[in-house]
Amino acid sequence: MPAPLFEYLLRIGDDRLVLGHRNSEWCGHGPILEEDIALANISLDLIGQAQLLLNLAGQLEGQGRDADTLAYWRDDVQFRNLQMAELPKGDFAFTMMRQFLFSAWANLQLEGPIQGNHEDLKGIAAKAHKENRYHLRHASEWVIRMGDGTEESHRRAQAALDELWPWTGEMFQQDDVDRAVAEQGAVVVAADLEPRWRAAVTDLLGRARLTIPTAPMRMTGGRKGRHTEYLGRMLAEMQIVARSHPGATW
Amino acid sequence: MATTDTSASEWPLWEVFTQPPGGKPHEHAGSVHAPDAEIALQNARDVYTRRGEAVSIWVVPSVLISASAPGDAGPWFDPGNDKPYRHPQFYKTPRGVKVF
Amino acid sequence: MTTDPKTPAPEDPAKMAEFDTRLARDETIEPKDWMPEKYRKQLTRMMSQHAHSEVVGMLPEGNWITRAPSLRRKMVLLAKVQDEGGHGLYIYCGAETLGIDRAELIDQYLYGTAKYSSIFNYPTLAWADIGVIGWLVDGAAIVNQTMLARASYGPYARAMIRICKEENFHKRQGYELCATLARGTPAQRAMVQDAVNRWWWPSLMMFGPHDGDSPNSGDLLKWKVKLKSNDDLRQRFVNLTVPQAKAIEITLPDPDLRYDEASGNWLIGPIDWAEFKQVISGNGPCNHERLAARRAAHEEGRWVREAAAAYAAKRSEPAGQAA
Repeated sequence: MPAPLFEYLLRIGDDRLVLGHRNSEWCGHGPILEEDIALANISLDLIGQAQLLLNLAGQLEGQGRDADTLAYWRDDVQFRNLQMAELPKGDFAFTMMRQFLFSAWANLQLEGPIQGNHEDLKGIAAKAHKENRYHLRHASEWVIRMGDGTEESHRRAQAALDELWPWTGEMFQQDDVDRAVAEQGAVVVAADLEPRWRAAVTDLLGRARLTIPTAPMRMTGGRKGRHTEYLGRMLAEMQIVARSHPGATW
Repeated sequence: MATTDTSASEWPLWEVFTQPPGGKPHEHAGSVHAPDAEIALQNARDVYTRRGEAVSIWVVPSVLISASAPGDAGPWFDPGNDKPYRHPQFYKTPRGVKVF
Repeated sequence: MTTDPKTPAPEDPAKMAEFDTRLARDETIEPKDWMPEKYRKQLTRMMSQHAHSEVVGMLPEGNWITRAPSLRRKMVLLAKVQDEGGHGLYIYCGAETLGIDRAELIDQYLYGTAKYSSIFNYPTLAWADIGVIGWLVDGAAIVNQTMLARASYGPYARAMIRICKEENFHKRQGYELCATLARGTPAQRAMVQDAVNRWWWPSLMMFGPHDGDSPNSGDLLKWKVKLKSNDDLRQRFVNLTVPQAKAIEITLPDPDLRYDEASGNWLIGPIDWAEFKQVISGNGPCNHERLAARRAAHEEGRWVREAAAAYAAKRSEPAGQAA
């Protein structure tokens, strides 16, 4: 088994790489010019965070892999992101709702490495946390406006929430990797992550006049390399140029 | 903005003022379209501070800005031109005093 | 604007004379200043066309964001395409000071006859196109925009100053990308040469028709919106670019290209204006796709814009009545 911290870094790095990639698909196609620019900023932050986290993962691994090698030369079964992140971007309601659910989670989840004892990781997590606070604010304001806007926007926001909610269970699963990085002290794992997230999300969704679905959580597997059918296609596109020219410099 | 036909709407226009670091005053950066103040602030942040140019932002609905008329320019601003005693260069310092 | 275009009222000669005097003194014209109706019209046309071009220009490069071959390149490209959206936004805001809504301007190009730069109707077929667009297309744009930063209309000039500051990175990253490919593997080298072959002539066409055939140039030069002619700007671009191509051992696809000792200029062969006319009249390789993509974004975004407007109305915090 690879070192737990390496595995942990792949997880939170891949979350951001994949979600950043999905959001970047909006560039040039946003609902209004100002929002097009805002979405690109969120993508840039996420991909930047991914680059730092994956570079650190590569350093810890010590086999000469950097962020680019990890991003472009792993297959889908080697990716460790949440399945929610890889789902196609959908409409604006889907993209914003996913960003909201993810950012609300990341806002709490990043406290783990920030409070941990790994200096490099602490630094990256602190930077990511700062950026994430803006993402959360932006997405929250949009969830409220969609939920409490027009009939159509309410319907779309509720549909997005209904679709996304069952994927959120994966965010709170703990396994050996989490236990090991906690034991090392690199990450302080909070026992009350889920209830705190749920309280924050419930409050905001209430203000947006949206209803939390009662549907059960889905089966998962992203953390172990079991993905949806969407990730393979996404990576095929992302990796095509790099893989067509092995050994090339860009 | 009443809820008239918003189908083609690009939202109302807001003027954006950003404050550069170092205690400088806010200056006009440009404008953004936004439905309300919170989104106007966020849009201004995303559009006008992409390179970290600001420490603070003001936004104000463009329609609320009152401006002097071009025709007023003469009567309003020319009188300031013939009052050289308002400028420090008007006053001589004795020879030898370099730092004042 | 309520002026009936069919019956342009004759301009007041005294105001006209004062306007000309102000231009002669290199004063900037500001939104509330008196200006001849033709000046307003030409500026509106030129600025909105420029803004549309920035926004449509997001598409050909945006086409490669998801395929950029390194994370650094992906972020650079995303930031660059985002900047173009920002530049469109700045110029639209400038155009709005002439008394026309952005919604109306956008409507004119999505559903009407307003134009945007012909260059964006060419396809981006390979990763190398991203480098070549930055180097040549943005390079050409900078030559044009550096001039426009001194345009007589204040809001246009100010938007251009901000844009020029940001645009320099666009050209740099493009040239760096081309240089990297040019000294890369044989396949990378071939890719960048092919991209230059495809983009060189369209880049030269960006400056518009020869001075003798340019219908709007006369007025724009007289009013100091433009300070240099199309051919002068094109020549400046060629002179800048030829040595850059040599430095990275890339051939420009023009057998007639030669240095003229007397003038110190690099002289180019004949431009295929028939192609230019085809593209600006809607028959270029991607005109259809570009407009369709922008229309789709606009139409699919309508419910989002409406939602936020409806929410603001419910909170009775609309613009103009202030929080």
